Amino acid sequence: MSVMKRMSMIFKSKANKALDRMEDPRETLDYSYQRQLEMLQKVRRGVADVATSRKRLELQINQLEQQQNKLTEQGKKALQVGREDLAREALTRRAGLDSQLGDLRAQYQQLQGEEEKLTLASQRLQAKVDAFRTRKETIKATYTAAEAQTKINEAFSGISEEMGDVGLAIQRAEEKTETMKARAGAIDELLESGALEDFSGPRDDIQAELDRMGSGPGVDVELERLKAELGQAPAPKQLNPGQQQAHGQQAASPQQVQWPQQPGGGQ
Amino acid sequence: MIVRIMGEGQLDVADGDLAALNALDDRLEAAIDTGDESTFRTALKELLENVRTVGKPLPPDSLEPSELILPPVDAAIDEVRQMLGDEGLIPD
Repeated sequence: MSVMKRMSMIFKSKANKALDRMEDPRETLDYSYQRQLEMLQKVRRGVADVATSRKRLELQINQLEQQQNKLTEQGKKALQVGREDLAREALTRRAGLDSQLGDLRAQYQQLQGEEEKLTLASQRLQAKVDAFRTRKETIKATYTAAEAQTKINEAFSGISEEMGDVGLAIQRAEEKTETMKARAGAIDELLESGALEDFSGPRDDIQAELDRMGSGPGVDVELERLKAELGQAPAPKQLNPGQQQAHGQQAASPQQVQWPQQPGGGQ
Repeated sequence: MIVRIMGEGQLDVADGDLAALNALDDRLEAAIDTGDESTFRTALKELLENVRTVGKPLPPDSLEPSELILPPVDAAIDEVRQMLGDEGLIPD
């Protein structure tokens, strides 16, 4: 029973050391109960802390998902107006977000697990602390000092084992949340600095290019189509307004134009 | 015999089921001694699953100390080494 046995010996020796420091059995009871209440507070803080980190991650995941959707839409739009280069750029950037999101989602799962574990630990400890309080009163009321010592030792070793276990669980959860907080902080900074989203907001170059081409199918594409209808050579890059007016009568109004079906067109 | 799985709670294991646990415990100890993380992982996982299968959970308000204590399921080999060491990891 080596490993299992040794672990339990360690817990027991810790409990005994704590008991040895006490002079009066009654003092032991009250002191221990105070410690238990402190530990309960600590566990609850631990749960709250993990929950805060989890919510923060959730927020970041949502932000990144929004950006992902935006890039998908931009990719579709770019294809609709025949700009495969822009579509490729949008999809490349989206792929960069994919791996970030994968990491964040995995971390989120982990935090959820920690939160659940600590919540259960806190419930277990609460039940034991309540039991200890009841027993403490019984011991105080019923036993002589000599008898009390034995009873106290029994109750004390049980509760102190639980406290040791819970204490370690909190330590481990804290270490995990610290690591995640650091990462979340780094991602927040990236989001704020725009490094992750230099393609949204005022600095969104893909959107700017799409806007420049006009909403809906691009002006250039439409011009090419009209030119073709009129049996003209492909339109030159720069058109002057005079040329457009000259053919105005034969051109269909934009509302009547049949748009060509484009691959990837968002419906 | 009362067994605690750290982070999960206490279970009561019948004496007849202890032999199987002992064999797994030996494997766990050997893995810790040689520093073989993957054997350690497998042995720990198996040992805990075994205890959960044969053991009956104690009510949460019981105040009994455990005769045997097992590391948490996600413990790393170094962490367990530290727990077993003199300074230990377990808070006072």
